[in-house]
Formats: sequence, C-alpha cells, structure tokens
Amino acid sequence: MTQILMPALSPTMEEGKLAKWHVKEGDAVKAGQILAEIETDKATMEFESIDEGRIARILVAEGTEGVKVNVPIAELTQEGEEAKPAAARAAPEAAPAPAKANGAAPAPVQAPAAANLADPDLPAGTEFVNTTVRDALRDAMAEEMRRDPDVFLMGEEVAQYQGAYKISQGLLEEFGERRVIDTPITEQGFAGLGVGAAFGGLKPIVEFMTFNFAMQALDQIINSAAKTLYMSGGQMGCPIVFRGPNGPAARVAAQHSQDFSSWYAQVPGLKVVSPYFAADAKGLLKAAIRDPNPVIFLENEIVYGRSFPVPKLDDYVLPIGKSRIIRAGTHVTLVSHSIGVGLIMEAAEILARDGIEAELIDLRSLRPLDTATVIESVKRTNRVVTVEQGWPICSIGSEIASQVVEKAFDYLDAPPLKVTGKDVPMPYAANLEKLALPTVDEIVAAAKSVCYRA
Amino acid sequence: MAREALAAASDRQAPGADASRSPELLKKFYRDMLLIRRFEEKAGQLYGMGLIGGFCHLYIGQEAVVVGMQAALRPDDQVITTYRDHGHMLACGMDPGGVMAELTGRYTGYSHGKGGSMHMFSREKNFYGGHGIVGANVPIGTGLAFANVYRKTDAVCLTYFGDGAANQGQVYESYNMAELWKLPVIYIVENNQYAMGTSVKRSSAETEFHKRGVGFNIPGAAVDGMDVEAVYKAGRDAVAWARAGKGPFILEMKTYRFRGHSMSDPAKYRTREEVQEIREKRDPIDTFGQRLIQNGIMRDEDVKTIDKDVRAIVNRASEFATDSPEPAPEELCTDILK
Repeated sequence: MTQILMPALSPTMEEGKLAKWHVKEGDAVKAGQILAEIETDKATMEFESIDEGRIARILVAEGTEGVKVNVPIAELTQEGEEAKPAAARAAPEAAPAPAKANGAAPAPVQAPAAANLADPDLPAGTEFVNTTVRDALRDAMAEEMRRDPDVFLMGEEVAQYQGAYKISQGLLEEFGERRVIDTPITEQGFAGLGVGAAFGGLKPIVEFMTFNFAMQALDQIINSAAKTLYMSGGQMGCPIVFRGPNGPAARVAAQHSQDFSSWYAQVPGLKVVSPYFAADAKGLLKAAIRDPNPVIFLENEIVYGRSFPVPKLDDYVLPIGKSRIIRAGTHVTLVSHSIGVGLIMEAAEILARDGIEAELIDLRSLRPLDTATVIESVKRTNRVVTVEQGWPICSIGSEIASQVVEKAFDYLDAPPLKVTGKDVPMPYAANLEKLALPTVDEIVAAAKSVCYRA
Repeated sequence: MAREALAAASDRQAPGADASRSPELLKKFYRDMLLIRRFEEKAGQLYGMGLIGGFCHLYIGQEAVVVGMQAALRPDDQVITTYRDHGHMLACGMDPGGVMAELTGRYTGYSHGKGGSMHMFSREKNFYGGHGIVGANVPIGTGLAFANVYRKTDAVCLTYFGDGAANQGQVYESYNMAELWKLPVIYIVENNQYAMGTSVKRSSAETEFHKRGVGFNIPGAAVDGMDVEAVYKAGRDAVAWARAGKGPFILEMKTYRFRGHSMSDPAKYRTREEVQEIREKRDPIDTFGQRLIQNGIMRDEDVKTIDKDVRAIVNRASEFATDSPEPAPEELCTDILK
C-alpha cells in the first residue's frame, strides 16, 4: 500500500485545493499518468503518479480546499497487494477524511484586530473587502490602466502566462497585447526600453519576475531612470514603476533570496515603496503609477497570498513617503516594513502578555523615509527596535538608528537595536535558512532587552 | 531574408534623390559640418584654459555622420547618442551658446550646468541625450521607438553608438526586441575604429558592424561616414524602411576621430602618420568643400563667408558661456524629483 500525499508545487506552497481527480477508485494507473489537478495560489497544476498500481481509496474529495501539503490524498495498491480485501487494511492512522481536511484548513492570515488600519482620510462608514495582496496589486494596475491610456505593463510572463506570480491575472484579456507585453528574458534591455518609453511620454510598469533579476538592469534603473531629471536640469523626467517581489522567498537559496530595500533607498532620484498590507499595496501602487518619478515598488512573494481588508472606494490612492502607526504602545517602538510588519505584529502580542506594550510602525515607503513619525514615537517610548529581512550593514535599520540617535538622543533610555537578516548569503538547507532570517523570538528578545527585562 | 533586405535597401534609389540634393542643401551640409568642427576646436581651447572640466569627447573628424543623417529626418523624429555628443546636438539645431554654456558648467546651459558634456537634452529638438554609460542609450532609443509605435505615430528614432558600445550585451537585447516588435529605430554604429584606445581588430570578433544584425534578421549597410552625401543617401533609405513599419535598420558609418578619445588621451595606440594621412585625404569637410567648388556649387568666396559666419557663431557661443553665471548654490538640490 502506498499513500499518495498532497504535493508541494511551489517553493512557498503550504496548502492547496484538490480541484479535480482524473482517476476513480479501482482504476489502474501507470507511472507518469495524471492523477489530479491541484490549485495553488498561483496556478492549477497537474499531478502525476510516480508508481504503477491501482487506486484503492480516494481520501480527499475533489473540490476540497485548504488541503495541507503532505496530507495523504489517496491510496495506491501495487501488484501482489491487490488481492487483499479492503477490510483487511489496517490503516487507521492514515489519512483524515475529506471533511476533516476541509475543516482543518487554516483561515488565510488576517490582520490581527490589534492593527489599526483605519485611515483618517477615509469617508465615515467606508466598507472594507478582504482582498489578497496579489489581487490588490492587480486591481491597482487595472484601475490605473483604465484611467490612463499611456500606462502599460511589460515584463517576463506578464501577459499570456498571467504573471509568474499571477499578479497580472486577467490584464491581457482586458487590455490586449498592445498594453500587456511579454518580453524576452532580457532585464537590462527591457528596463532600458521602459526608460526610453517613459522619456517618450509613456508611463511604463516594468515587472521584474523578482528583484534578484533587476540586478541585471541596475545600471538602467540608477544611471538612466533616477539621474536623468537632474542631469537635464529638470527637462526630462522618467515616470516609470519598477515592481516585483523582493526579499527572501522560500528554499531558493542565495541568488533568488535577498532583500534589496536599502540598495534602492539610498539613491537620489528614486522613490521606494515597500508595503505589507493589501490596502497599502493598492493605494501606493496607484500612487506610484501616477508619480512623475521613477518608483521602485518592492513586493513580497510570501505576502502575495495573504488577505487583508481593503477599503471599497472607486479611487483609493495613498501618499508615498508616509509611515503608519499600526498599534499604539508606550514601552517600545518596533519599526519594520514589508513582511517584517507581520513579524512585529506577532511579537507585539507576545510582549503584551508580559506587560510590554509595543508601538508598531509600518514604514510603507523607504524613500522618502518617514523618520519623523519614528522619532516622535521614540520620544514617547524611549526605546526602538528595527526589524527587516535585509543584511545588517548599512540597512534600513542602520539609517533609522542613526537618525534616532541624532534627533532624539536625549529621549533614549537604551541604544537602538536592529533585528535583521544575518550577514550571510541565503543558505538552501531548511534549518540554516530559518537561522538566516529574523524571527519573532529575536524581536521579542530585542524588545525586552531595550526595556531591560529578561 | 536579412541579406536580401540588406541588398534591397542599399540598392534602392529614392526617387528624386538628385533633385532633393539642391545646391542649398549641399551648402548647408558644408556649413553645418564646419560649425561642428569650429565649435569643437573652441571647446578644446576652453578645456585647455580650464573653463571646461572633466571628460570632454570631441567629434572632430566624424562631422559628416550626424549632418548627413539629420538631413534625412523630420522634426518629430528623435535622436539619442552616447557621450561624444556635441555634434549631434548642433546637428539637431540646439543652440551653440546653450551647449557651450553647459560645457562650461553655467546656469544658461541646457542642463543648468548639472549635466556637462555627456548629459544634455532638448525636448524641443527631440534630442534625448547625451548618455555617459557606453551602450546604455541603445535600449533607451529602442524605447523611444516603442513609444512611437504605441502612440501610432510614424516617427523614427536614430540611436547612435560607437564601435566600442557595439560590444555591449544590451545592444543585442535591443536588436532582438526591436526586430521582434518591428520598432522604427535606426541603429547607427559610428565606427571610428577605436574604442578609447582599443582598435576594432583587437576588440571585435566580427568587425563589420553592419552585419551584427544578421542573427536578428535586421538589415544593415556599411556607409562611407566621411562622405556626407553617402551618409544622407543611406540615411534616407534607412529612415524610409523604418518609417514604413519594416522595423529596425543598422547603418555602420566608417569614420575616424582626429582627436584623442577625450582631452586627456595621448593616443599612443595609433601612429601620428595614420592620423595625418586620414586628415589629409579623407577629411569630411575639406573633401566635400573641394567637391562643391569643383562642381561649381560653391565659390572660394562662399567658403570664406561661411567660415566667417561660423566663427562668429562659435565666438558668440563661447562669450555667452563664459559670461554666464554658474548655477546658484540652491540648484544643488533641485531637479532630483518632479
């Protein structure tokens, strides 16, 4: 008897939907035969049998959502086993029933109630709709493309494939191939082409499949896009958005897993945005597309599938360069951006149990960097811990620490601390990868340390 | 297919080509080339006096390329080039005073003194720079052509670069997309035979740059870049090709720079005799001037008058530049973001 397990079909997949069975109980199957279709948050994939045999039992009914990776979904009997009567099978430990798999599905990660996402500028009574970050980004692009015919999207796999991470889903159908353009794998070339199109008056959105590959295009981003307004005495300007997933992904090792936040945040002539919540992703991407300057829009692959409330408004645009206090607290200020915001929210709950009330700041933008909000917060809490996935040297946290020390030195009751990714290339091995990333435990420890609590 | 297209393009005689080369146009060629020559000589002089700083790449010897190509354009066509760009700006009709003022780092320069020799732009004249990174302007020019297609205009973009830039990877990334999407861009390789101090033979596996599009099905032609009329004819053919929606075209201009790579280049990589021989036999301005006199299109007096006019323009530009103020200290922090 062989158990067929729910497969992981992408580096970040933890669960999926068993969309369709291609076999039924009693069917003989061959190695390589398609058994089922499985829907991940990115795509629907066909799943093949590795072994030959006969399907004895289907354990998870088709249509079941939230099936965890590695849960048994069927049983295969192999030659010689077939004669055994079904009753003789003693496998009580095997396989939860379909209903259980369904029931066991965790709800999508939600913004904890503690997070104060209410925007003071929103009209009273605004309705919120739970939306994934992925859909929020897509909605932002679609809305801006409807609004302005000069806006177009280009990048690898953005059109027919619907986006390597499914961010551009449906855009080709709505806007056609003139405005949703698949490029060859040629980052420096299409980044430069985008800059030229922006010089020519268009408003390109250039998607990098991940920001790791933007390294190939760095010269065009820095030397051509960021500097030409200055070098032309204000004549030119480059209204372009470079966007895509940034930061460590899961188990893809050093070349595909790193955070470029502080690289771009250093460059005059760029704006840099790195949101966590879906509403910010939408409102800031719309702002980025309208901005007359080059904007680096740093997303996070692991966050794409998370759902958060998004205000139901016709035109929700947020200002670039404004951080937000997402939780008020009096004892310590925790500052982060992107996926790190999720970590400081978890840390705050743990700290609260120990009587430490953390004030949480989501930077949202990295250039301009809203240090004023951080400094005001530190003046109240007298302690600060910064959190990011990037490397520690010359990091976003380094800059915040420097500014806090410079502008709020007399308010500090402890040295600012940084919790960052470790100063190493990202390892592949699961245990080492975990060690390389900042953790909630490290944040809790750092917060307690600046509060002089063991 | 590329070979056929190449042959067809270079054999094609534009109807009425001779009629369009009126005596006025030919005299304008001479005058425009001379303006660039005298301007560059003055720039060299000002550099020697410490009034121009940093890198300063003179276009002396290559004047026929931009003058011939520019005559093939409409005002709504775009031009973009690398850092040896003064000639391109003057050919585009930019004001010599504004260019010289930029070279001297003055507020009245095209970039208010913040760009310098390698970074000048004029939206009004459709000149998109002036780019300091070798080869980086090539995808950008391709993007300008992309914008023309997107906007459904029939404007074309002239994208100039040198034999050195022709070995940059992004040039070929651009070739691929330009042919794939049939973008109206003319790639003009100004082959002056030296990438800084490295000769074409020492740097290039295929030294015939007009053939470098073969792998992308882009037609190309080699042109005597020291002959302004040959450049003009090839330019008109290539522009017609791109404007008709047939995609990109590569023109390799066989040319030569008489001065060093930049002002500080001792030019030990070539012999004095080599330079001297080309200056004597192939100077694009002298040979063309003699031809016009022989053909009765110009007289000696015309040559003198043109030279006097051009010198006056250049002197005025120089005075304007040196009399202009430097940018105010507040300019340090302007034009970073819109």
